[in-house]
Amino acid sequence: MPELTYREAVRDALSTAMRQDEDVFIMGEDIAEMGGSMGVTAGMLDEFGKERVRNTPISEMALAGAAIGAAMQGMRPVAEIMYEDFLTLAAEQVVNQAAKLRYMSGGQLTVPVTFRTQGGAGWSPGAQHAQQLEAWFVHIPGLKVVFASTPEDVRGLLWSAIYDDNPVVFFEHRTLYPIKGDVPQEIEPIPIGRARVHREGEDVTVIATGRLLHESLKAAEQAEGDGISVEVVDPRTLQPLDEETLVSSVKKTNRAVVAHEAVTRMGFGAEVAAVLQYQAFDWLDAPIERVGAKFAPLPFAPVMEQFVVPHAEEVLAAIKRTVGKA
Amino acid sequence: MEHRTTLAKSDLHDVLREMLLIRRFEEKVEERFRAGELPGFLHVAIGQEASAVGVCRALEDGDVIASTHRAHGHTLAKGTHPNELMAELYGKQEGCSHGYGGSMHLFDVERGNMGANAVVGGGLPLVTGAALAFQMRGEPRVAVAFFGDGATNIGTFHEALNLAQLWTVPAVFVLEDNKWAESTPESQHSPIRDLSLRAKAFGMKGLKADGQDVEAVYKAARQALDHARSGKGPVFLHLDCVRFRGHYIGDPQVYRDKDEARRLAETRDPITRLREKLQLGDDEFADLDTEVTEIVEASVEFAKAGTDPAPEDALKNIYA
Repeated sequence: MPELTYREAVRDALSTAMRQDEDVFIMGEDIAEMGGSMGVTAGMLDEFGKERVRNTPISEMALAGAAIGAAMQGMRPVAEIMYEDFLTLAAEQVVNQAAKLRYMSGGQLTVPVTFRTQGGAGWSPGAQHAQQLEAWFVHIPGLKVVFASTPEDVRGLLWSAIYDDNPVVFFEHRTLYPIKGDVPQEIEPIPIGRARVHREGEDVTVIATGRLLHESLKAAEQAEGDGISVEVVDPRTLQPLDEETLVSSVKKTNRAVVAHEAVTRMGFGAEVAAVLQYQAFDWLDAPIERVGAKFAPLPFAPVMEQFVVPHAEEVLAAIKRTVGKA
Repeated sequence: MEHRTTLAKSDLHDVLREMLLIRRFEEKVEERFRAGELPGFLHVAIGQEASAVGVCRALEDGDVIASTHRAHGHTLAKGTHPNELMAELYGKQEGCSHGYGGSMHLFDVERGNMGANAVVGGGLPLVTGAALAFQMRGEPRVAVAFFGDGATNIGTFHEALNLAQLWTVPAVFVLEDNKWAESTPESQHSPIRDLSLRAKAFGMKGLKADGQDVEAVYKAARQALDHARSGKGPVFLHLDCVRFRGHYIGDPQVYRDKDEARRLAETRDPITRLREKLQLGDDEFADLDTEVTEIVEASVEFAKAGTDPAPEDALKNIYA
């Protein structure tokens, strides 16, 4: 099995799709010569040329909208929104147009566009370059939402996003780009809507996305030292949500922690908690714990940033609360 | 169809018929809305028929349009049957958007209508993108956006036209300048009086025509489409138009001088203009009127006899 970084895995999915399919192309700010602000598309200009690796002006509405328009005409564009924060600029086109065109047309249209974006704290960019806004988009019928956490998942899920006939908002986490992991020799598409059980356990289920998956795996290791057996599940796709896998895990362990880097209040975890309490009410032995960022914009000073966003310690504390060992 | 730069004399009668059909259709829409039969809220383009017909007549098979909240005329001119349009306004399955869209979301993908848009300027980036797809695939097709003067102040307008020119995609941006952004006059929404100047900011080819003169619209649209199709880049087509009615059906237009509105309707009616040019007598015009009125009446009958969607159909067509 080859080993790729998360960054290389994203690039591999894009490049492989573009090698075999003329309809796939990428567009975004600084993605050509510069290779993207995260280096994800480095080298792709040389291989595919500027027609298919399209640098755009700083125009999120137009770049998102042009990708949608091209998709309406049968292309499979992948638009890179440099930072999730800038999705707010593209939101009109993503939310009012991409998500609803098929519906408003009574099923006449398909919009096979992918919006790749990234965010995440841990490097002190301040309040406008590291938000986690996935909850904004899971709330919109018509969009699919993916948040991949490992090289294998990001490659297989991006492939599925590109070839999905619906608009997909595809979240990557900035701090995960350098992590390495084994991937299959050939790209194996991972179906959108299927969670992944990373670690089996008996006492409590931690449902975690993005960077918090890795923090949760660390917390699970530490909990094991305290005699707590933790199951860790990554939904991987937030919309549609693999409720079955999450619920069956919680029915087994009888306790749940939901963890993400985004602000806890009104976050994706609130929906997961609602799904669990409704479908597994009789199985629950403790209140469902939620772990996420405190209700604050991201601050600049590292000590404050560290305080606002959650880490393995917060996940471990939540795990312990569910089993009455806090 | 042979390539022409102007409308042939022999076509003008048909053009008049098409504009009159749109006029009578929209008058019927006003009537049925006031009678309480049509849900939602509606915007008619009465007075602006020449823009819809002149531009759409100039299109080739394969060209696509994106429209606005004032979309009935564009939709009919692009080939949607009046029955399907009226059925949509009644919220029926037989409608051109199968009851999912309504007046502001009219689609007819098979006939090259990418959709009307209820967000001012919302369709402009989509047109740039459609044109990009045509360019990348080497297809000799053009994507056309209709929009009003109010849209020239929104970000999508500037971003989409800038990108279209930057990439020289085959698009035509048709500004139907009726001097009103809902109730706000152009003098209150734009610092410049001549909106065709907007094209200069992008280095885009600009053309101007009297939007109330269908022959002038056709000629300018032809030029614009030829330019875009030949790979020379997009065109900004400025049409000087008149909105005879209010922003929406029922708009009391407290913001507008009634006499001026009446004067414009009397002096700049595109239908009257063409009728006079064709020297159509009263009897001939009455025959034409009867013919299109019957089509409109039939569309109402068709729509009323249509099928209501099941409530739970609301959960279909969300995902492909």
